[in-house]
Amino acid sequence: MADERKIRVLVAKPGLDGHDRGAKVIARALRDAGMEVIYTGIRQTPQMIVEAAIQEDVDAILMSILSGAHMAIFPKVMEQLRANGVDDVLVMAGGILPDEDLPAIEALGIKGNFGPGTPMSAIIEYVRANVYPDRLAQALPPLTRAAPAADAKAVAGQPERSAQ
Amino acid sequence: MANSDLVARLLGGDRRALARVVTLIENGAPETRAILAELHAHGGRAHIVGFTGSPGAGKSTLVTQLARELRRRNLRLAVVAVDPTSPFTGGAILGDRIRMQELAGDPNVFIRSMASRGNLGGLAAATRDVVRALDAAGFDLVIIETVGAGQAEVEIVRAAQTVVVVTVPGMGDDIQAIKAGILEIADIFVVNKADRPGADQTVAELRMLLSLDAQRNERAWRVPILKTSAATGEGVAELADKLAAHLASLKETGQLASRSGRQARSEMLALLHQALLERIAATISADEWNRLIDEVVEREKDPYTAAAELARRVGLAGAAPAEA
Repeated sequence: MADERKIRVLVAKPGLDGHDRGAKVIARALRDAGMEVIYTGIRQTPQMIVEAAIQEDVDAILMSILSGAHMAIFPKVMEQLRANGVDDVLVMAGGILPDEDLPAIEALGIKGNFGPGTPMSAIIEYVRANVYPDRLAQALPPLTRAAPAADAKAVAGQPERSAQ
Repeated sequence: MANSDLVARLLGGDRRALARVVTLIENGAPETRAILAELHAHGGRAHIVGFTGSPGAGKSTLVTQLARELRRRNLRLAVVAVDPTSPFTGGAILGDRIRMQELAGDPNVFIRSMASRGNLGGLAAATRDVVRALDAAGFDLVIIETVGAGQAEVEIVRAAQTVVVVTVPGMGDDIQAIKAGILEIADIFVVNKADRPGADQTVAELRMLLSLDAQRNERAWRVPILKTSAATGEGVAELADKLAAHLASLKETGQLASRSGRQARSEMLALLHQALLERIAATISADEWNRLIDEVVEREKDPYTAAAELARRVGLAGAAPAEA
């Protein structure tokens, strides 16, 4: 049945900080705004976030980080997204992001950068306004690159299907 | 449109293409039908296993442990985890990945969360078609984890070849278990959280109930009752063995084919139903509806007569198909 297109958002807690109250509150708010929120839980590596974003084919990623490790983690997330040809996903961040880091974060292509006190409605509106319109129109942006070699090899190298 | 390209990439193991196809299927995009036709031709090899049971029974954690065991056996697997959509906002929080973190990063495991999007019965309307995509993508097993199900969410029997019903100790007395529904669909019972007190009693009660089921006793497959602890990993290897044994039994007895036949039939009926509804919507105007509704409300016509009239309008109902 052709439902209206749902916005799917990955909410992730990268790095080692376990303070996920904020992430959960935002997940809940996005849900109440009619979105489908995939919540990954805490202690996500860049690889886990990118892999989850690919498998879930999300429209947006929202990383919540309070630990101060953002400049170590964010570039890796963006790099791995690019390496996997993911170029139609809105990447946002929130949490404790010092003002002096914001230009560098934005230069990475990470948007939003919601600090403490941001109203939920602002985040919801931001997501709605900034997800890639191609995706919402259900057009298929060409996958810019085939699966990375490592992946392809792992798949190709699999033993023949057994009867298990 | 790059659809055939997408399917080719999916068949070649491209995870992004697979993920995108799943999105198209979920959204009922117009190009989906051609994609599904192609996928269907490439499928039929995966063992499709359903996990159902009440919320909090430990389905996600158990599936994670099982997945690790299957990976040790060098099998590739996909997991479709269905969580409920809020009937009030249409949104959903899909949290099954939280418990599946140990599987992250393994390219031979593909996990997809699905919101139920208003479908009752424990699955989303598109789940079977998503399974079709995962099957075509070449996974050895496709595991469907239903919405935490109560007593009658049994749609999983129309989607899976092997149904695992997960229960936990202390979920209620044995009257709960003899009510109709979820207990009748199990090919394998799992008493999870078996490290908790009362597990043996739950197993004993289930065993007694099964022994009273005359229909089951005639079948070749004896429904096993396994004790697992997803926390410690106890019983998980045995569960993997039983899954394989059940599939083997289905094949031996010819039941795999008859199950597939039943599933195909129910799927076609559902699609036919859908097509009829679309035909009705396209043929009968709102005015016509309202006129008939008024006549029924005013008791000039009874609902059966009014429905028969509508049926004739869409070319149904006993009489020779009316002119279109």
